[in-house]
Amino acid sequence: MNLSPELGKLRDEIKAYALEYGLDPFETIFEILDFDQINEVASYGGFPTRYPHWNFGMEYEHLKKSYAYGLHKIYEMVINTDPSYAYLMENNALVDQKIVIAHVYGHTDFFKNNQWFSATNRKMMDGMANHGTIIRRYAEKYGYEKVEGFLDICLSIDDMIDYHSLFIKRHAIAKREPVEEDEDDDSEVSIKLRSKDYMDGFVNPPDFVEDQKRKLAERRTQAMKFPEHPEKDLLMFLIDHAPLENWQKVVLSIIRDESYYFAPQRVTKIMNEGWASYWHSTIMTEKCLKDSELVDYADHHSGTLGTSPGTLNPYKLGIELWKDIEDRWNKGKFGKEYEDCDDMDFRKNWDKHVGLGRQKIFEVRRVANDITMIDNYLTKEFCESHKLFAYKYNDVTGMYEISDRDFRAIKEKLLFQLTNSGQPIIHVIDGNFKNRGELYLYHKHEGIDLDVEYAKDTLQNVYAIWKRTCHLETKMSDRGKLFSFDGQDHIELNITSSL
Amino acid sequence: MVAKIEQDHSRFKQIVRGKIKKELKKYITQGELIGRKGKNIVSIPVPRIDLPRFRFDPHQTGGVGQGDGDVGTALGPGNPQDGSGKAGDSPGSHLLEVEITLEELAQILGEELELPNVEPRGKKNIVTEKDRYTGISRSGPESLRHFKRTYKEALRRQIISGTYNYDDPIIVPIREDKRFRSWKVSHQPESNAVIIYMMDVSGSMGPEQKDIVRLESFWIDTWLRSQYNHIELRYIVHDAVAKEVDHDTFFYIREGGGTKISSAYKLASKMILEQFLPQDWNIYLFHFSDGDNWDGGDTAECVSILEKDLLQKINLFCYGQVKSAYGSGDFLYGLEEAFPEDPRLITSKINTKDEIYDSIKAFLGKGR
Repeated sequence: MNLSPELGKLRDEIKAYALEYGLDPFETIFEILDFDQINEVASYGGFPTRYPHWNFGMEYEHLKKSYAYGLHKIYEMVINTDPSYAYLMENNALVDQKIVIAHVYGHTDFFKNNQWFSATNRKMMDGMANHGTIIRRYAEKYGYEKVEGFLDICLSIDDMIDYHSLFIKRHAIAKREPVEEDEDDDSEVSIKLRSKDYMDGFVNPPDFVEDQKRKLAERRTQAMKFPEHPEKDLLMFLIDHAPLENWQKVVLSIIRDESYYFAPQRVTKIMNEGWASYWHSTIMTEKCLKDSELVDYADHHSGTLGTSPGTLNPYKLGIELWKDIEDRWNKGKFGKEYEDCDDMDFRKNWDKHVGLGRQKIFEVRRVANDITMIDNYLTKEFCESHKLFAYKYNDVTGMYEISDRDFRAIKEKLLFQLTNSGQPIIHVIDGNFKNRGELYLYHKHEGIDLDVEYAKDTLQNVYAIWKRTCHLETKMSDRGKLFSFDGQDHIELNITSSL
Repeated sequence: MVAKIEQDHSRFKQIVRGKIKKELKKYITQGELIGRKGKNIVSIPVPRIDLPRFRFDPHQTGGVGQGDGDVGTALGPGNPQDGSGKAGDSPGSHLLEVEITLEELAQILGEELELPNVEPRGKKNIVTEKDRYTGISRSGPESLRHFKRTYKEALRRQIISGTYNYDDPIIVPIREDKRFRSWKVSHQPESNAVIIYMMDVSGSMGPEQKDIVRLESFWIDTWLRSQYNHIELRYIVHDAVAKEVDHDTFFYIREGGGTKISSAYKLASKMILEQFLPQDWNIYLFHFSDGDNWDGGDTAECVSILEKDLLQKINLFCYGQVKSAYGSGDFLYGLEEAFPEDPRLITSKINTKDEIYDSIKAFLGKGR
């Protein structure tokens, strides 16, 4: 549903303010949805047409219950596309809609200007729809259960991508063109796709499959080590080298593609939410807010930024960091002189009236991600004034408890949580282990053990794709371990690390 | 817009209920949302299916949080990171467990046990009368005047009689013009039911047995409530003597005399006679006992009461026999012998909690 004339005017007004402040958002199209529709769209991550899967059903269930028990209202939903699409909820009060519109412009400005998003597909609305269509067609052809089962396996490893390769431009998996030869035979034959890069290999039927078989056989005889360097992008590796049917390769590619699309959002969550909150707060309080709306505004705003004891609210952490950076750069609280100053009182009252705050935050929003932002701008004073703490699990009491208020410990913990999007770092070391085509994965242990049960089950899923024995090397309680799955049994060995 | 969420949503629900994809069963956890209902803080169960992935042992990761507290202060057993990070009030110490709504529960029960919907017997529907103000009358109190009709009447009269002035249109109604709202009686059939629970509370019925009875009664109650608009519940406990009690007493009482089941049946019969005329009510009787009735011919007496009196008047009579350490369980056979094929009488044995399921299915599975 389109915006009413009243809301349309508001949107134009707020957009004008945003531009005045220097924001540079994508053209943004706002639509109104009712409560149920917005929950549906939110369940699909903001894209109304996605592939079918129960995971989205689960999201929907949680959102519905959350809303029904007054837990949170989805105020806004905006996606990283050009033009951007944003959804407002139908019966929200006017003041709420104002906040949301301002907030949305903050987000779309961020999507457009933060460098980590530079390689994302801005036409993903179509992309998602295509993915959905392709998968639905497979479901019709091969049976829904079969396709869903394979999706479950893919989703189990969908985070095994390389977060350092976010700048590689990825092409959407193009719409399926009708194949000229026998349509029914595409389990062996690849689909003709108008595509480039890594999808190139799929273009040649039926040689491709023969080619693969030949390559694997060659490798086995040559005992050549591949990959030449440890490969972080497990999904890519499997797409290229695992004995999958063609439709499976396409499905796995789709999952991988979507994972890379969302990756920049994952690594900038704190910054992005903070940025949007900062701007809705600025625009509202300096420009837009009517006196009569003050209380409702405060209510909404504090609701978004509220924290339950213990939890870290990314909106709040984000906005406070931005305000801190702006404040410091306005006052000149940076640079060698400031860093070297030991006197607490002096530091507190430091104010050189430099006025570089606004400029600085625009710069940071362009280049940083959550890790670099925390690394560069989280200060001791900040931790103290915001009462941050590190916590850990206590085996004895069975509870989580505060473990440290030391600035360095907090920063380290936060950075660790953010590194690799909070996932363990695992590489493919060998695709021809023991010269038997077995797959060897290596977990770079950095002090925290893996969840064993989950790891074993995930390894089993990898086996379902690789179809030969899979190994995972890791450490538990400082002891080297090798977990293996051969299709029947899980084996656990103690080893000394191979690397 | 989107209509596909229904498919995904129902697939999710089916997996969680264990109906399909049983291999995912081990990944189902009961998460919890903290919310509010009115002024109470409530705990809302939300099932989650967490597909396996390579992840850290959650007990080793810990994290960063925000708030007051010294080193060593406990944050609770759940990982604070699992929260959405959005706003929520501090849980405090009083959490109410939110039920799935009882309708949902009844629905699940119905699906699981494949219970047919109850068909209340035709003549047992009470017809209730409702007054609805859809009529018009020429007389009545001012509070019921119908403005538009009155106005129209007055306007018509004035135009006809020529007293209507187009330049100065004032309408003055006279008594004959006035119209008033009046009511019409509308009839709505409503189905009503009364459930009479009877329980043996003689010495041989221990807390375990009472637990079984309580559980089973709860489910039966939930199911029947979803089938009827208006339901009455009555509770009778008996040992050698029967008496009516309230809900709480029913489950907690501890008598401990001998056992004379006929006392309960007689009391039930009396209740029906006095309060629940069979032509107005759908009557359900449930009796739970360990089956150790008084030897002196009491079982025969019970059979007689059932045959001549109770079974004529009720929709359904169910007897559930629990197992106790001392009971002989003869009563069950007595009933089965006397009424081998009667659709109005159903018996079942409920030795353990696991058998409650089958018992309910037996009792309610016929749609009576």
